[in-house]
Amino acid sequence: MKIVIIGNGMVGYKFCEKLVAKFNAHSSLSITVFGEEVRPAYDRVHLSEYFAGKSAEDLSMAPAQWYADNHIKLHLGDPVQSIDRLNKTVHSLHGITAPYDFLILATGSSAFVPPIPGVEKQGVFIYRTIEDLEMMTEYAKKSKTGAVIGGGLLGLEAAKAMLDLGITDTQVIEFAPRLMPRQIDDAGSKILQSKLEALGLKIHTSKNTSTILGDDCITGMRFSDDTHIDVDMLVISAGIKPRDEIAKLAGLEVGQRGGIVVNERMQTNDPHIFAIGECALYKGMIYGLVAPGYEMADVVATRLAGGEKTFTGYDMSTKLKLIGVDVASFGDPFIPQADCRTVVFEDTMKGIYKRINITKDGKHLLGGVLIGDAEAYNMLLQTTKSKLALPPNPEDVILGSRGGAEGEGGAGVAGLPDDALICSCEAITKGHICNSVTEQGCESVDAIKKCTKAGTGCGGCVPMLKDLMVHTMKSQGKYVRNVLCEHFSYSRQELYDLVKVKQLKSYDAVLDEIGHGDGCEVCKPAVASILASLWNEMILKKGNDTAQDSNDRYLANIQKGGTYSVVPRVPGGEITPEKLIVIGQVAQKYNLYTKITGGQRIDLFGAHLNDLPAIWKELIEAGFESGHAYGKALRTVKSCVGSTWCRFGLHDSVSYAIRIEERYRGLRAPHKIKSAVSGCVRECAEAQSKDFGIIATEKGWNLYVCGNGGSKPQHALLLATDLDSETCIKYIDRFLMFYIKTADPLTRTATWLNKMEGGIDYLRNVVVNDSLGIGQQLEEEMQLLVDSYECEWKAVVENPELQKRFSHFVNAPEEKDPTIKFEPLREQKKATEWKPQPLKGL
Amino acid sequence: MNNPITENLTWFPACKTYDVPDNGGVCVKYKHKQIALFNFTRRGEWYASQNMCPHRMQMALSRGMIGSLEGEPKIACPFHKKNFSLIDGRCMSGDDYKIKTYPVKIEDDLVFIGVSEEEDHYETVCV
Repeated sequence: MKIVIIGNGMVGYKFCEKLVAKFNAHSSLSITVFGEEVRPAYDRVHLSEYFAGKSAEDLSMAPAQWYADNHIKLHLGDPVQSIDRLNKTVHSLHGITAPYDFLILATGSSAFVPPIPGVEKQGVFIYRTIEDLEMMTEYAKKSKTGAVIGGGLLGLEAAKAMLDLGITDTQVIEFAPRLMPRQIDDAGSKILQSKLEALGLKIHTSKNTSTILGDDCITGMRFSDDTHIDVDMLVISAGIKPRDEIAKLAGLEVGQRGGIVVNERMQTNDPHIFAIGECALYKGMIYGLVAPGYEMADVVATRLAGGEKTFTGYDMSTKLKLIGVDVASFGDPFIPQADCRTVVFEDTMKGIYKRINITKDGKHLLGGVLIGDAEAYNMLLQTTKSKLALPPNPEDVILGSRGGAEGEGGAGVAGLPDDALICSCEAITKGHICNSVTEQGCESVDAIKKCTKAGTGCGGCVPMLKDLMVHTMKSQGKYVRNVLCEHFSYSRQELYDLVKVKQLKSYDAVLDEIGHGDGCEVCKPAVASILASLWNEMILKKGNDTAQDSNDRYLANIQKGGTYSVVPRVPGGEITPEKLIVIGQVAQKYNLYTKITGGQRIDLFGAHLNDLPAIWKELIEAGFESGHAYGKALRTVKSCVGSTWCRFGLHDSVSYAIRIEERYRGLRAPHKIKSAVSGCVRECAEAQSKDFGIIATEKGWNLYVCGNGGSKPQHALLLATDLDSETCIKYIDRFLMFYIKTADPLTRTATWLNKMEGGIDYLRNVVVNDSLGIGQQLEEEMQLLVDSYECEWKAVVENPELQKRFSHFVNAPEEKDPTIKFEPLREQKKATEWKPQPLKGL
Repeated sequence: MNNPITENLTWFPACKTYDVPDNGGVCVKYKHKQIALFNFTRRGEWYASQNMCPHRMQMALSRGMIGSLEGEPKIACPFHKKNFSLIDGRCMSGDDYKIKTYPVKIEDDLVFIGVSEEEDHYETVCV
């Protein structure tokens, strides 16, 4: 079968990919592709990332070699000029004639350029291809001000591109009275506009450009209301126009306003010719998104391979980030008030707008708009598409449940019907996934991924996979065990209790007694951490040393290149000039790169393993101790200067921070713990981003818990107010011990709380109201750990046997690793980059 | 112990058995090579492999954690936790890497590692 494809854009490429996949057994297939652009298909959706540093290669869908490997003849820079339907051939610009049995038009669209006098001037661009971008980049170098015609999805993308090019003075001109008129409603547009304006864009709506000013080059624009602006460059991104010229020329039926007319099989009025993507007009509609284009490609590929599939329209719900602002619309966002009820939430402070349209009986969701916060998009889209019943208070789906600790407002994954699409990359439904659990015995997310391919694309659905798996297993009456790894059939909490009851003191004893096999890099550090939390013995004690993660084993953080970093404790961030001088001297002597950390201490990088004991000997002699930067342990207690110097300070935050840091130093936990103390409500120590944070009030201290910076920032929640210093420490003792005893491995306090049934209210009951009656026990356990603290580095410096481990070569202990190299950087040094990998087969 | 190449092996003394921590590793210098040596006390076995992790070309495997995956002994690199079989050197984390493994024998309290001299030429470049 001879197949010719005109157009090598995203949809054209996807069609090739699907064809290859469906036909791989048949060798009689011949595929020829003609593309107008000189590059093989690239990701146009993410075109603006070209400015953010992505190269043309990064954006490529597949390299030219892919086409060759799959025996696809690819003619680039060679647009088809005519179709001979009688003889079933196409003719290209470079004179190639290719016969076809089936012809697929994937010609896409071009930018719609309104007929404004002056569009031909230099400095006026369209935003469509990598070439457009390259020309824009060049011109932007000599431009200071810019404008974009078009306030729709593409226009705002183009505006982002202008900002990325360094043109901070960019204006957006929209003909309609609001931004994104096709996707979102009036109120949503207003919020979006104010957010974008806050980011520095100037936005004009209801503005009609009448002339582009300037001689050869654009200098400004005049509008129909006789106003004008001065600009150095202009991008027109006012809409798309289907590329149907060649179809029209061949006598195929096209729509009045463009687009090649197709039926539900994507067939044109010539049954041997199909059209897919943005050039196809189905039931009077052009589908200007990539997902429906892929769906059309699949319809044609399936049918050519002998299967049955039709296109019946496509949900145009969409979620995207525009210049950092979440924008989503789903279902029908515009139903008039008379036909439905709407719930609207608007927060002009934070720039959040949410609207849902629900049926008059309040039972079902019909559509909606989300601006500024689109986290609920997937769930809302599923609720709309699957016609799920709404909760009794429908507003809960956008506001969350606000009445006590009742958990999810919506129905959660359990409420989804079997045909709900969970993984949209691989088109896997809930039914598929549940089936893989019940029928094929998948009892881990990895097994489900392998079996169904769900979660292997963008990975966004993985948490849902886990929820579905757990739910399905529970409904089968299976006890879902949250086990550590193949060597221990227990959760961390169970293991903690068992180790304690059985009084086990070494990793091997734990493995012998309650585990099996030889252990691994997951259970070893987890068990080592439990042992440290329970007994607080020197972590390098024989037998437990090799169960420590590399950083704990060498009491330093391994860095790129294989050197280590050294972080002495600087409690509360307070340090004397004498100690600063010592750090400087040590750094000079051992040639270390020095940097102030985010936690108010000093990190010394680039230490050879062999030098660590000597470095620490000097530091300890000067009165320093380990900062435990290498451990899943208390890191720093940051502080502001507080009432001793600050004119606003209410209490002495530094002294309290030092007291706290010295109390919990060395404390091993499921993950690292950070803290801070602020001397007043101005919160200069950023205590609300810490695992526990303390803020001075007129009457005492407010205690916040379970905050997090890092990859998923989360504000700490207020646990108790106006505490005296002793009570505050009592609560922290209880809070930390409860965390240490019950959290999963490598789970920060924020995630621990998020998973806790009952949330902060439950935690407050345990810690403040002592609802479990374990308060005193927790305090005693903590006191034991506090009393048995010793500086690990002091122990090493005093013990030659322990120091033996700090050499690179066992048979040449004085020699350092000769492969370690540094490069100079601003009067200091840095690690050399990761080396390229050698050829395979070494 | 587990290396297919048995011809022309040179057995060199690496260290004493008690120089290597129980269930842990050390790095042995042999000419220009760095060899990771593991005392798998739990299994009563010794293993040796190249010290360099091929993922980011770091001299680090001797500082990693040993363990087992479904009974097969392995080493996890301390940098990014790539797992390698200590039997055949293949990467068990799904990547297309392979590390070289060496045979080990114990005589009295001395640990010997077997290296084949022919390979030495190109190995010094990349191992």
